[in-house]
Amino acid sequence: MDRRTLAFLGAGLAITLVVAGGLSLMASDQPDGLERVSIDEDFADQADEHALQGAPLADYEVGGGGDGWGTALAGIIGVGITLVITVGLLWLTRRAKRSPG
Amino acid sequence: MHIPDGFINLPTSAGFGAAAAGGLWYNLRRAAGLLDDRRIPLAGLTAAFVFAAQMINFPVAAGTSGHLIGAVLAAVLVGPWIGSIVMTVVLIVQGVFFADGGLSAIGLNVFNMAIAATLLGYGGFVMLRTVLPRTTAALSAAAGIAAGTSVMVAALAFSLQYAVGGEGSADPAAVTAAMVGVHALIAVGEGVITAFVVGAVLRARPDLVHGAPSPAEAHG
Repeated sequence: MDRRTLAFLGAGLAITLVVAGGLSLMASDQPDGLERVSIDEDFADQADEHALQGAPLADYEVGGGGDGWGTALAGIIGVGITLVITVGLLWLTRRAKRSPG
Repeated sequence: MHIPDGFINLPTSAGFGAAAAGGLWYNLRRAAGLLDDRRIPLAGLTAAFVFAAQMINFPVAAGTSGHLIGAVLAAVLVGPWIGSIVMTVVLIVQGVFFADGGLSAIGLNVFNMAIAATLLGYGGFVMLRTVLPRTTAALSAAAGIAAGTSVMVAALAFSLQYAVGGEGSADPAAVTAAMVGVHALIAVGEGVITAFVVGAVLRARPDLVHGAPSPAEAHG
């Protein structure tokens, strides 16, 4: 890959990490559009607790301290997980295409 | 707009899960021939950015927030098939690792945001592109308008799912009206963010934007 494209990817990743690990601390914690509708239309109580509510990254919060660092860390870890799975899946797809059968 | 477990009954969730799985399979087939050494890392970066941007809930009305979906953003940057795969990965990661979107609802969420919003939204972008001038500003605006529309597509897709298999006693027509009303506000945010990001990438590296016309087309 040429150096300009590498530089673009690096800058894009840096911006992404700032969004996930910095801007995310300023996010509104109000209900989102669907949650708001479920409250107003009276079906919010139908929601079940998430089966993986006890998972280490649940609700974008590592450690459960609620001091911001847990959210920032969860965001940065999520960026890494998403990047690796996407690249891995597409790489495998390309490899499967090249060796049919 | 991540649906939790319990809002939609299991048969309906399973049906949309099958549709979502079929959509992913089709997208992987269509994407396979397009994946070169540039597009794979670009798709990874797009997925990571959409994941990060979805963390940023912005207030839209008293007691309500919204966040970017990113469906049209992904489709314009890396194309509709790879874009749809990107969105699918983001939603699965959120459901499995972050308890955001129910496990039984992953198919519903993938159908709404990774398939319907991405492919219909990209179709809207292509239609706008053909009638607008081939400038950065016009392409950014086309992406923004299509992105706003894609939010309404996803909101209506949930409304359909609720009408088919919603739990609780809410009136499906009232749910649809409420979904459209609140998401019309969120759609504005989606459009502004999408237009801004597409515009920034177009100015930096127009050659990396799938939805940008090639130089030959632009001059023709």
